[in-house]
Amino acid sequence: MATIAHGTPETVATEVNYLNVEHGWKSWLFTTDHKRIAVLYIISITLMFFVGGAMAVGFRVNLLEPQGIFSAETYNRLFSMHGIIMVFFFLVPSIPATLANFLIPIMIGAKDLAFPRVNLLSWYLYVAGAVLTMYAVFRGGVDTGWTFYVPYSSTYSNSYVLAAAFGVFTAGFSSILTGLNFIVTVHKMRAPGMTWSRLPLFVWSNYATGLIQVLGTPVLAITLLLLAFERIAHVGIFDPAIGGDPILFQHLFWFYSHPAVYIMILPGMGVISEIVSCFSHKRIFGYNFVAFSSMAIAVLSFVVWGHHLFITGQSVYTALAFSILSFLVAVPSAIKVFNWTATMHKGSVSFDTPMLYALGFIGLFTIGGLTGLYLATLAVDVATHGTYFVVAHFHYVMVGGMVMAYMGGLHYWWPKITGRMYSEAWSKFAALIIFVGFNLTFFPQFILGYMGMPRRYHAYPPEFQMLNVLSTAGASILGVGYIIPFVYMLWSLKYGPKAGKNPWGASGLEWKIPSPPTTYNFDDTPIITEEAYNYGPVEEVIG
Amino acid sequence: MAETIVPVSHEPPAEATHLRHHFATEEQQMDASTLGMWTFLITEVLFFGGMFAGYAVYRNLYPAAFASSSQYMNVVLGGTNTAVLICSSLTMALAVRAAQLSKQRDLILFLILTMIFGTIFLVIKGFEYHDKWVEGLVPGLHWGSYPEAPQFAHNAQILFFLYFCMTGMHALHMIIGLGLLSFLLIQAYRRVFHANYFAPVEMIGLYWHFVDIVWIFLFPLLYLIGHRR
Amino acid sequence: MSMHVPIPKVSTLVGVWAALIVLTGTTSAVSYVELGEWNIVVALLIAFMKASLVVWVFMAIRHSTTLTRLFCIAGLLWLGIMIVITFGDYSTRNWTYQAQPWSHTKAVGGSH
Repeated sequence: MATIAHGTPETVATEVNYLNVEHGWKSWLFTTDHKRIAVLYIISITLMFFVGGAMAVGFRVNLLEPQGIFSAETYNRLFSMHGIIMVFFFLVPSIPATLANFLIPIMIGAKDLAFPRVNLLSWYLYVAGAVLTMYAVFRGGVDTGWTFYVPYSSTYSNSYVLAAAFGVFTAGFSSILTGLNFIVTVHKMRAPGMTWSRLPLFVWSNYATGLIQVLGTPVLAITLLLLAFERIAHVGIFDPAIGGDPILFQHLFWFYSHPAVYIMILPGMGVISEIVSCFSHKRIFGYNFVAFSSMAIAVLSFVVWGHHLFITGQSVYTALAFSILSFLVAVPSAIKVFNWTATMHKGSVSFDTPMLYALGFIGLFTIGGLTGLYLATLAVDVATHGTYFVVAHFHYVMVGGMVMAYMGGLHYWWPKITGRMYSEAWSKFAALIIFVGFNLTFFPQFILGYMGMPRRYHAYPPEFQMLNVLSTAGASILGVGYIIPFVYMLWSLKYGPKAGKNPWGASGLEWKIPSPPTTYNFDDTPIITEEAYNYGPVEEVIG
Repeated sequence: MAETIVPVSHEPPAEATHLRHHFATEEQQMDASTLGMWTFLITEVLFFGGMFAGYAVYRNLYPAAFASSSQYMNVVLGGTNTAVLICSSLTMALAVRAAQLSKQRDLILFLILTMIFGTIFLVIKGFEYHDKWVEGLVPGLHWGSYPEAPQFAHNAQILFFLYFCMTGMHALHMIIGLGLLSFLLIQAYRRVFHANYFAPVEMIGLYWHFVDIVWIFLFPLLYLIGHRR
Repeated sequence: MSMHVPIPKVSTLVGVWAALIVLTGTTSAVSYVELGEWNIVVALLIAFMKASLVVWVFMAIRHSTTLTRLFCIAGLLWLGIMIVITFGDYSTRNWTYQAQPWSHTKAVGGSH
């Protein structure tokens, strides 16, 4: 085992840790401790998650009736703000800014991220972006869809595009700074002996995510700026009136936003690698393949964006190339799924709550990924583009994948973050509810899309009502499923039983320090002498 | 180009050390800031890259309109500005060198020179913008008749839109750079920098050189392409 | 805790400065010569030379680690990906493509 000098007994919650070392709001708002910043992020993104969720409740209610319940305008604003908030203010920062922020320094044996003050700045930028976007919401919202496509957002805009776009722009810089911090930290802050081949897979996947954040997000920033200039000057390079091409906006937007989809799934894959290995009590199968598949996904993510433009008037030849390249993404994704499954094979699998979420992730992500292949097929996409099939596809990846992984990771590391355990029975119940609610919400949407129901309309032909009602029913179950963990986790903060250093019997540096950790994580820099996931023979662990 | 490797051993500065708590060694800290700065510059490359991509696309779509627009650009002012920026890069590099050698007076001198060159650049740029406004070459806000090549007036707006976005973003980076240099100057007066601690000078120097490089590409693309026709 | 840093010679820095000024003059002068499409090629080549000089000497990448150089190259590569692929779309949009009935497939890509 790695040598760590901590000299503290198993129960340490009463001792000084990062949570109780200082008190008062100043000690939080001016902290540079990566763990406290992670907690600030958890609070902020939870808030935004429920705001975005409330929008979803709104439009799912609207879709109970074929002619719609709200006006078309209200509906457009609801789904647009749902997308903007969920993508830029929940999914993108979800795992990197919270769990990875908390864990990467600990996992590599460092005292903090390379740039602690930049880390705090990134949180403030996130908050500033969120405030701007909420301002847009309260003024009436945006009705362009989360993609801000011109000319909806420029010539024909009738909503608060500028405020929302600047909100996203600001949050983008928050994301860039997080990614930059991770890249430098992983390169320069590893403890002695922590070689690249000993890095936990969670670190690998977040490193790959950092690369995407750094390489992609600036392009989103300049695209939104050009959009803003176009709104201010009333002409611009996306304006067909002077020969501009709106499709160029889509090129630039998706150059970021397709890789961003992998910002929203790669960290989740890292969490699943950790959980599957821990609850199978077995070394991860094919470590090198899982690690390099993260890097392969990061690289490939930048050469497939055109599959969002198949029916826009993009060159047929470019579309062909994009289609083939999109298929290639399936290879590293499949490698991960196969390796997780192989890890469980002949392992000593225990079904604790994090593992339930991980299993949910593997199944749902597989469905989401495979339907992605349908959409990467040119001819199929012509029929399914802009239908509920697409909506169902990316919700299987984003919600069935990333949110499941986030919930799994939160449950897995909760005892480390807070030093408390939550109710096992309630958490299993909630995981089940979320799984059922999720599938009931989104599976009918595959069928709706296949039958031809377009997305982003407030009304639909009456024959689609049955499936829409099912979907709304599922959404209400899903909503309950998300509120239960919110309640029992808050409850656990005060009443939960104290967690030991290593409640799951997991390997990894983070489980060798007290729960919650002290401010500088390690009293002495650890020296790493062995690979990650060094689970002994199954019998020993059980015994 | 052999370099002198100077093993520096100086008296400890006023604040005993600039090593922040989470780094093990000064070297690790320096490595981290260098890598962080370069990573930041990559984001800047891609930030400007979005506009360069737009430029490439539209120049290919409307070559005649772009060529006709170039004749409205003032090559003399653009060329002068290029030279001014190159000079500022030299003084910035000399400032970093002065910090590395603990030459306080040189450091202050070269920082001030860099700021003067940067200000000259912005003033010249301001005159250019003013001329464009007077000539009615600001798309959307003040677009005139475009008398010399009216047949291209339509598409030429795209070039001028890009011109203002690209040079405007560049100028904004210059202004930020001047702010950073003022911060360095104050620190330099307080004798904060010396042979064992010059990272901020070096990092802001990298940023300044990057802004110079952006202009090195903007100058031929905006001013020189087809300006004779 | 002394730091070993390679400190550039003044003559090196001034030499690079002179080269940059000369190249600026060259690129301005060449733009007055009619070379057709080659004007932009020459202009960009000179710009790349100037940028390389700045990166190599002023930004001291000649003394930096392989990692920093790798990052620098990666940035350019990604810029290339964005511009080349986007440009690829626009330059192939007008290529002849006519959907044909199966019986006429041989005519695909033909002159009409």
